[in-house]
Amino acid sequence: MLLIHCPYCGETLPEVEFAYAGEAHIARPENPSAVSDEEWAEYLFMRDNVKGVHYERWRHLHGCGRFFNAARNTITDKFLTTYEAGAPRPALDTLTEGGK
Amino acid sequence: MTAHANILTPGTLADTAAARVTVTAAPGRLSLRARGELGAIEGALGLSLPGKIGGRSQDNGIEALCLGPDEWVLLTAPENVASVVAAAAAVYDAHPHSLVDVSARETTVAIDGPRVLDLLCLGMARDPESIAEGEGRRTLFDGQTVLLWRDGATKFRMDVWHSFAPHLLGLLEIGCRELAAETL
Repeated sequence: MLLIHCPYCGETLPEVEFAYAGEAHIARPENPSAVSDEEWAEYLFMRDNVKGVHYERWRHLHGCGRFFNAARNTITDKFLTTYEAGAPRPALDTLTEGGK
Repeated sequence: MTAHANILTPGTLADTAAARVTVTAAPGRLSLRARGELGAIEGALGLSLPGKIGGRSQDNGIEALCLGPDEWVLLTAPENVASVVAAAAAVYDAHPHSLVDVSARETTVAIDGPRVLDLLCLGMARDPESIAEGEGRRTLFDGQTVLLWRDGATKFRMDVWHSFAPHLLGLLEIGCRELAAETL
């Protein structure tokens, strides 16, 4: 079982309290009616399938209920860091596996 | 309102050497969501709201538990619910918030006894010891979201939605008997 650090609760908790919520840092177009169908489809459907460090959203569903972001290595399944929703994407070279 | 099919009458469910599980009388329950400077709401409630997730406070006949960065559950006597709601509604213009009476939602069980931590481990992935005395958490117990209040070293309260109560209380009852039958 994965242990996930919730940045809102400040605790490292079992995976069962959390729900995965897809790729992080996908910004909704400010004005959907102004974008082309291709751009809209890109926003709606197209996601990266990263081998390595993946920035993704999680929700502490059975706890504080908050969405937050995480960087996880999809090969080792280790979390590099978790950070509050809305915070900038942390630079990859500052992250080490198992570090907080 | 139609009575819920799974509302249990208060009483002792299991009482063994390991632990005791008791359905308690239902308190008045309120869900509070608010952001920003909380002074106006705290003034209306007569209670200082805990800021840390899992923290608790008690004053003016109200017990509060912080569930999330902007979410609290308030417990009070059922007859006080209307006055608490009215007091908070009076400061709504000064500080918009949401305060909802959810008294009809949950069953509360008191769980205590020397092996209560082992009993909780039957259904809980997180370590019950990580909840300090006088704190509480929302967590997952055997697949259901519950509120767990730790009142003492071996004293807990669990709030569970009515629909899931028969399932969870069945597990707790069997767990009490199993732990009591174990030879240590």
